[in-house]
Amino acid sequence: MPHIALPEGLPGITSGFAFRPETARPMRELAEVLLRGANTLTRAEREMIATLVSDRNDCHFCQASHRAAAAHHLNGNYAVVDAVKRDFQSAPISPKLKALLAIAAKVQQSGRQVTASDVAAARAAGACDTEIHDAVLIAAAFCMFNRYVDGLATFTPRDEEGYDQMGQRMARDGYAQRDADGAHHSS
Amino acid sequence: MAHITLPDGLPGIRGPMAFRPETARPINELVDILLQGPHTLSRGERELIATFVSEQNDCRYCQTIHGAIAAYHLHGDEQLVVKVKSDPQGAPISDKLKALLTIAGKTAESGKAVTPEDIARARAHGATDLEIHDAVLIAAVFCMCNRYVDGLATWAPDDPDFYRQRAALVAQNGYAASTLQGTDPERR
Repeated sequence: MPHIALPEGLPGITSGFAFRPETARPMRELAEVLLRGANTLTRAEREMIATLVSDRNDCHFCQASHRAAAAHHLNGNYAVVDAVKRDFQSAPISPKLKALLAIAAKVQQSGRQVTASDVAAARAAGACDTEIHDAVLIAAAFCMFNRYVDGLATFTPRDEEGYDQMGQRMARDGYAQRDADGAHHSS
Repeated sequence: MAHITLPDGLPGIRGPMAFRPETARPINELVDILLQGPHTLSRGERELIATFVSEQNDCRYCQTIHGAIAAYHLHGDEQLVVKVKSDPQGAPISDKLKALLTIAGKTAESGKAVTPEDIARARAHGATDLEIHDAVLIAAVFCMCNRYVDGLATWAPDDPDFYRQRAALVAQNGYAASTLQGTDPERR
């Protein structure tokens, strides 16, 4: 049961968002810019960073939903995403993404863990400053989202099918606030 | 030296915020609502939560600037801020705030560390659902900001007066306005 009286029937972060729409708006916008905005990293790559960090933070709702979103950006390829969760260094992904995941994994523990050599390794693999910045901020943002979801003990569905559908919607429609008619708020 | 090339002369989170204004905007909006918006918790109380979490995360820039802003809102009582950082349960603050700081400290460890007993204690001391929600979210937001600041190895000034001056500016103008305007007198 959630720690506070959250709107019923809404899973995970959506119940916190419905409880406090004022803070939901910028949180949704941040996720939209980081995970779906124009970027030299693909949406799938960014969702994999979010998934890895959420998995390391043991946040089931976030890791299951972003895992599904990443897979839907890859035509339903869950195998790659699961390989990243299991051991990203041996996953079939680019050396650049591996280096960025290594930075994200350190940020998950503490920002202070990131070393100059971690950053040099990412650069050697072709990462630019914005990609390094975004890997750090995606990891940091999910250290926020994960704690928000679990710190309120939000409702966590356990059925895989539900997360698959959720991930499909996230990959298709994104995170920005919608009006009742489905139009995006201008932001 | 910062891990990436950030605009010169901007300490802490302001360097990466100037580097990437698209992400700075929602972060500043979120912090403004949580720390400066209308609330049943005072601005001083909310800044103390931010300061305490930043101290737990060992983020020097964030704990120093938010400690200075907390003191600004608390009649300049810097000793109270020091006490809350080192021993919140022994500090001369309300029992409600002590209970909310416990929840915030646990959220910083892991959201899963917050227990129904922690929540019951906050409620017994008069905390509302919104206050509990915001204690959790302020802690979560600073787990982001602290990692953002240190994960990029940003620069933090040593001079306490830098933070006192900056605190007055932020307390009077808000986060979004203070961060994105380049007119701060102490910019160096």
